[in-house]
Amino acid sequence: MKSAIKNVALILSLTLVIGLGAGLVQAKEQITLQGSTTVLPIAQRAAELFMAKNPEVSISVRGGGSGNGIAALIDNAVQIANASRFIKFDEVKKAVANGVYPVPHRIALDGIAVVVNPKNSVDKLTIAQLKKIYTGEITNWKEVGGPDMKIVVVSRDTSSGPYEVFEELVLQGAKVVASALLQSSNGAVSDVVSRTPGAVGYVGLGYLSDKLKAVKIGATGKAYIEPSLATVQAGQYPIARNLYMFTNGWPTGDAARFINFILSAEGQKIVKEEGFVPLY
Amino acid sequence: MRSRIRENLIRVVLTMVAFSSLVFLVGIVLVLFREGLPIFRKIGLAHFIFGRDWYPTYDPPSFGILPLMAASFLVTVGAMVVAIPIGVASAITISQVLPGRVRGIIKPVVELLAGVPSVVYGLFGMQVMAPLVMNVFGLPTGLTALTASIILGIMALPTVVSIAEDALSAVPGTYREASYALGATRWETISRVLVPAASSGIVTASLLGMGRAIGETMTVLMVAGGAAVVPTSFLQPVRPMTATIAAEMGEAPVGGSHYHALFAIAIVLFVVTLAFNMVADGFTRRFQRKVAGGR
Repeated sequence: MKSAIKNVALILSLTLVIGLGAGLVQAKEQITLQGSTTVLPIAQRAAELFMAKNPEVSISVRGGGSGNGIAALIDNAVQIANASRFIKFDEVKKAVANGVYPVPHRIALDGIAVVVNPKNSVDKLTIAQLKKIYTGEITNWKEVGGPDMKIVVVSRDTSSGPYEVFEELVLQGAKVVASALLQSSNGAVSDVVSRTPGAVGYVGLGYLSDKLKAVKIGATGKAYIEPSLATVQAGQYPIARNLYMFTNGWPTGDAARFINFILSAEGQKIVKEEGFVPLY
Repeated sequence: MRSRIRENLIRVVLTMVAFSSLVFLVGIVLVLFREGLPIFRKIGLAHFIFGRDWYPTYDPPSFGILPLMAASFLVTVGAMVVAIPIGVASAITISQVLPGRVRGIIKPVVELLAGVPSVVYGLFGMQVMAPLVMNVFGLPTGLTALTASIILGIMALPTVVSIAEDALSAVPGTYREASYALGATRWETISRVLVPAASSGIVTASLLGMGRAIGETMTVLMVAGGAAVVPTSFLQPVRPMTATIAAEMGEAPVGGSHYHALFAIAIVLFVVTLAFNMVADGFTRRFQRKVAGGR
């Protein structure tokens, strides 16, 4: 009995010593993030600034998609999973079974503006009309109340973040018509739309300019809403979503400091600079 | 004694440097095949080459590159239609018609075209050529296979002109003298004697120009439009293979099917350009034999 207690005490103190030793050796704490390519530019830039201020912390950010990031969190392979969607029920079940308790942190909003050439008289579209335009069912502007002009569908590459939002909220699983002009950046979409009278495209809210006309968007049975920081923040604009970072339990230490940094005014400035919508 | 050691040392160093490009080539081939082959195992070569749908991120994804190959083929053929007549005519003019001093100015100027960065050609295509094509043909968009063909043709010009001109200049002067002696006019001499004699060199020039056009990336990314459909005319937006790789590689998850598929496109491109170069090389040898043998 007495010896058992002695053994336990011995093991405990040994663990403590080894633990402390390991802590001393690993002076530079490593935070790993993995997940959504949409969140990647925010996380990357935030990590650079955070490390510049806290040289003792090392942060590495990887892409791979929201699903991969959450899977890595479930496997305890990363401290933070970046996701451009909320965690799915199946993923939560898997996580809990693995002893991981995912906690969401909303870090930014992602709003996508639908844009047309400024010469186009169309200034509002419903989600249903947009879906028909992008799947090739509607091919002329006169079908949606505009001039008799062929619609030139401009889309982002199918692996990009804005495409992901668009696919989820507008296409709802349908395929973009194959004749769509796939452009590789927000800048390229702006350029093509501003030069092509019949074009329709979509860009992150940060890329709106006077060379483009953003149309108001109406969800089924709702009023037409203009895309702006205010309407996205208020949750009124329909083509918008939340961006998250998930941690295992409430974060502590440097991971908590990093997430707080992103949520700070300085971090939200990064969000805006990268073309997303800040939380406040 | 010491100088001999130095000789040997220099020889070893030079050999190593000379072989380094071979090492790079082998490395590239190894990486291409290691990263590209898994997709063939997954969906089969036939589906990959002849599939008409390129929806790499859709669920389930389709990895058919026929539209992409057709687009590359179309813009390359278009570019050659632009580059070969203009290029060969320029080469004839430079080597046979212009006096020596003017030639000394014109040829470097044409070769200067090769030094213009491709992104600059792309900007020119977007700002000038695309609106022009859109207005002339009354199209909804100016970003078409035709626009890309014209720009690529201009880009391939220096290659075609330079090599074709070298070939024409390499025809021995005795050919021309003999032709004149037989009473042929200048035009007859050029069209019946000099051009046929230099024909394999001109073919080489065209093939290398084609290689340049098919591998060009930035320009087609900017002006070809980017629609992954099998084209039925030159006035349609298209999505060549190079543009697809450049646009999508950055966001394809490493090790996923999409990633492997992009590498597999690179394999296809590599095989095609290798074939062009080998054929071009064959023609060059034939030309050298023909001129040197004099028969």
